[in-house]
Amino acid sequence: MSDRGKIGDFIRRNPTIVVGATLLVLITLAALLAPYIARDPIAFEPINRLRGPSADFWLGTDSLGRDVYARMIYGARISLLVGLLVALISIISGAVIGLLAGYFSKVDAVVMRLMDGIMAIPSILLAIALVALLGSSVKVVIIAIAIPEIPRVTRLVRAVVLSVRDLPFVEAARSNGTRVTKLLRRHILPSTVAPLIVQATYICASAILTEAGLSFLGAGTPPEFPTWGNMIASSRLYLQIAPWTIFAPGICLALVVLAVNLLGDGLRDRLDPRISRRM
Amino acid sequence: MLSYILRRLLGVIPVMVVVGVFVFSLLHLAPGDPAAIIAGDNATEANIARIRASLGLDRPLLEQFGKWAWATVHGDLGVSMFSNVPVTELVQQRMGPTFSLAFTTMAVAVVLAVTLGVLAAWKAGSLLDRAVMGLAVTGFSVPVFVVGYIMVYFIALKWRWLPVQGYTPMSEGLWPWLRHLILPSFALGLAYVALIARITRASMLEVLAEDYIRTASAKGVATLPMLLRHALKNAAVPIITVVGIGVALLISGVVITESVFNIPGIGRLVVDAISRRDYPIIQGVMIIFAAIYVLINLVIDISYSFIDPRIRYS
Repeated sequence: MSDRGKIGDFIRRNPTIVVGATLLVLITLAALLAPYIARDPIAFEPINRLRGPSADFWLGTDSLGRDVYARMIYGARISLLVGLLVALISIISGAVIGLLAGYFSKVDAVVMRLMDGIMAIPSILLAIALVALLGSSVKVVIIAIAIPEIPRVTRLVRAVVLSVRDLPFVEAARSNGTRVTKLLRRHILPSTVAPLIVQATYICASAILTEAGLSFLGAGTPPEFPTWGNMIASSRLYLQIAPWTIFAPGICLALVVLAVNLLGDGLRDRLDPRISRRM
Repeated sequence: MLSYILRRLLGVIPVMVVVGVFVFSLLHLAPGDPAAIIAGDNATEANIARIRASLGLDRPLLEQFGKWAWATVHGDLGVSMFSNVPVTELVQQRMGPTFSLAFTTMAVAVVLAVTLGVLAAWKAGSLLDRAVMGLAVTGFSVPVFVVGYIMVYFIALKWRWLPVQGYTPMSEGLWPWLRHLILPSFALGLAYVALIARITRASMLEVLAEDYIRTASAKGVATLPMLLRHALKNAAVPIITVVGIGVALLISGVVITESVFNIPGIGRLVVDAISRRDYPIIQGVMIIFAAIYVLINLVIDISYSFIDPRIRYS
């Protein structure tokens, strides 16, 4: 089969992966190239406040006369950064804890009770509490969103470890005298990779939503940053007269999360049809 | 059965202990003086000292935790630094709107999602099925404040069918109460509908493939009784599990939804506490919501055996 045929075949079989990945690549490019495709997102011109979309301001201006299009493009930076880092932090810490809990039954009982407790605290409240205690900054927001995700990853990894721990290939490695660290890394960790990749996409999607929610509530990224949540929060009073100031960032937010979710669904169907969503 | 319920009830204790330790240590692990954090930004030195003494923050940590845990277990969640009113009293005042919203959202979401999920599974592969699954992915992706504002813009501001925001207690009539809750319930319910509809469809597909369903339809059971009485009943356990998992989603959503629609509930209480740096309120609500989450999931766990007699506990 020719290369073109192969690509066409892949697209036909995995439409959600292709659509999700394409959208994400486009949005990431826009975020990276922001200084070249948009003007200053912070500069404000009070004369031009609440102008509708025009040739000059593609998506109009907000209540301070800032360019909504520029702020929307720059807003993608924080969203993508938060989504990516939260997914990385929670997957790595959850995987380490889950490996240990699944392999050592002494650690297991204590760690899993701890995880049950953390899971019981609503994630947005935990994030609000951390932001209230530590002050709002992008770093605090990332940590605050990552912590409640760790128990879910831990549970997932632990379940996989429990299911492979006593399989013959692990048994064989153990009886060969393989050191525990190597055993976990070389023989057990690989089984967790497929479900973790899928989980990472879902965490990324929900982290982007939570960051926007926190910013919207005034407990997220500091208001001087152009984020989609901040844009919606600062424009809420002008919904009737300037709906574009809310709809533009809102639709962007939905599109990014949709892209990540589609990618996740596609990867799940391809990598591991058994794992169900967010369980 | 009774011993199972008892065992599950006891199992709540360690979870809530962890919640307590975790919440307590948040304040004490944060850099800075806990008394200064509680007192807020504009507190005077004397104020901070007063709080330190009254909360016993100068005592050893273990003693502090003991005292705090004792008070918490007895329903004393501290005092708001802004209004000087006990947190439990503030929460009680705000409970009505929040529980109303949670209840109507849950009702809307479960009815809508189960109907859609059953239909999608019944007509698997059809246009309807794809539409439902498309809605499910989208529902997960659109944040509640975006759906909320889009709904407010068109339904409330443009067409003037429903009120823009606010809340009317049920004591002033059922319709005024419901009218204010329709938009928020649908906005908040969307993600929940997505979650439940997906599981309903998956669970129904599995059940519909079983032999007894084929037998039932072969002996001429009509479609609706077959779907509901024969299939849905046996597909119920995963659906109910996910309703429980979704409670966490619902609680987080309530906080945001109340801000969008200006509903004076517990969520607003917390959000107002952020700007006032009123930490006792945030801490108290965190514990209350964690307890609610644990209790709902306990009830759901226990309900399995009533719904599905095949589940037996030894």
